[in-house]
Amino acid sequence: MSDRLHVATRKGLFILDRNGGESWEVAQTHFLGDNVTLSLHDPRSGVGEGATLYAALDHGHYGVKLHRSDNGGRDWKEIGVPEYPEKPAGYVPQTPPMEGSEYDWTLKLVWALAPGGSEQSGRIWCGTLPGGLFRSDDFGETWEMNRKLWDDPRREAWFGGGADVPGIHSICVNPRDPDQVMLAISCGGVWITNDGGRSWELGGKGMRAEFFPPEMADDPNIQDPHRMVQCAAEPDCLWVQHHNGIFRSTDGAASWTEIGEAGPSTFGFAVAVHPTDPATAWFVPAQKDEHRIPVDGKVVVTRTRDGGASFETLSGGLPQEHAYDLVYRHALDVDETGDRLAFGSTTGSLWLTEDGGDSWTTLSTHLPPIHAVQFEKSEQGAL
Amino acid sequence: MARIRFTDNLQRHVACPSREVEGATVREILDAYFTGDQQAARGYVLDERGALRKHMAIFVDGAPIRDRHSLNDPVGTEGTVDVLQALSGG
Repeated sequence: MSDRLHVATRKGLFILDRNGGESWEVAQTHFLGDNVTLSLHDPRSGVGEGATLYAALDHGHYGVKLHRSDNGGRDWKEIGVPEYPEKPAGYVPQTPPMEGSEYDWTLKLVWALAPGGSEQSGRIWCGTLPGGLFRSDDFGETWEMNRKLWDDPRREAWFGGGADVPGIHSICVNPRDPDQVMLAISCGGVWITNDGGRSWELGGKGMRAEFFPPEMADDPNIQDPHRMVQCAAEPDCLWVQHHNGIFRSTDGAASWTEIGEAGPSTFGFAVAVHPTDPATAWFVPAQKDEHRIPVDGKVVVTRTRDGGASFETLSGGLPQEHAYDLVYRHALDVDETGDRLAFGSTTGSLWLTEDGGDSWTTLSTHLPPIHAVQFEKSEQGAL
Repeated sequence: MARIRFTDNLQRHVACPSREVEGATVREILDAYFTGDQQAARGYVLDERGALRKHMAIFVDGAPIRDRHSLNDPVGTEGTVDVLQALSGG
């Protein structure tokens, strides 16, 4: 069971350790005052003192930077960042951009970091705004854009969801076959490669976009999956928290079934799936899209244990009046046992459960706005 | 030689001491500066296209540059180039 939790926030990276008993305390702070938009613990490096960690910083004025620690957070060094290619001379997109003008091909945000397979030492996948997928095979020192995806004319039809430009926020690497990689894009649907990125298929059949005219709503390339997660033990089973509801796939992200009811709301950003039981998943619902606050000011987690046929609404230990915490897509995580979960909110609250969500402990109510939480995990069940 | 100076705020992230460097344009001066130990500072000021980052500003002898992409604004031999944040808000 994981005893270390990484919390990436608007004002730094906080690493919490579980002390004897059941208390969790901030053991390390890094980049205090800087915007740490995402962090990654690489399970292939082990946990604790020898662990390899990555942190993505958005300095605003000074751009996006990546840092790596090879000793569990004690020391950090700046590493390379993904670089976009130059636009071809006279380039005009075949699809007119939804934003009205063609965006610059420059790095705006690191929005996803995922380790490669267990035999692919040093491989890290990175999803970015605007809409880029990059790969490093040297622990992030250098990055190469996946041109096959970038040059696919369908990529030009992607558009921003919650940001001015489209972005790749979820990267699922099949632990049994790391050449199979699945992406979720806001807004660009779900994409699958079975050959390590040499070719791509557009998945996502069955998703629906209410924000488009009805004749276009089923187009897989306009979907807004807010977050996609994969069951480590059964990689064909995935869950998506979508802008328009909850969807589940049991065929490797090719087709999806909508879950119509899930407690107070099917809107939200975050989802976590049990590492060994693909029918068990957790969500943090919110009042749908024009409001984005907890329904009735009550923070709850919804859990299904039967593949979405039914949901429990879990509120034990969570604030149930005038709570306006929103939980972003990377801010809910489950450890490799499926018993321990944590989630953090835009108002700096952090909660943790050790019993699969039945009861929650408040770890903090005054951290900076939380972008992402992640447990350190051993390699088995790391996804 | 022209003199180039950087906002103190940037020193927190990456070393970029004031220097005197050769160059007749902002581009030439930055290229001359961002070598060796100062190479790491390049990505904090310019994006991967070599353009000035959106929220950065460069002044030559107290006047803002006009060409934020090619950085072809001229700099005199005794000129001063200041690199700072383009502040907005309070």
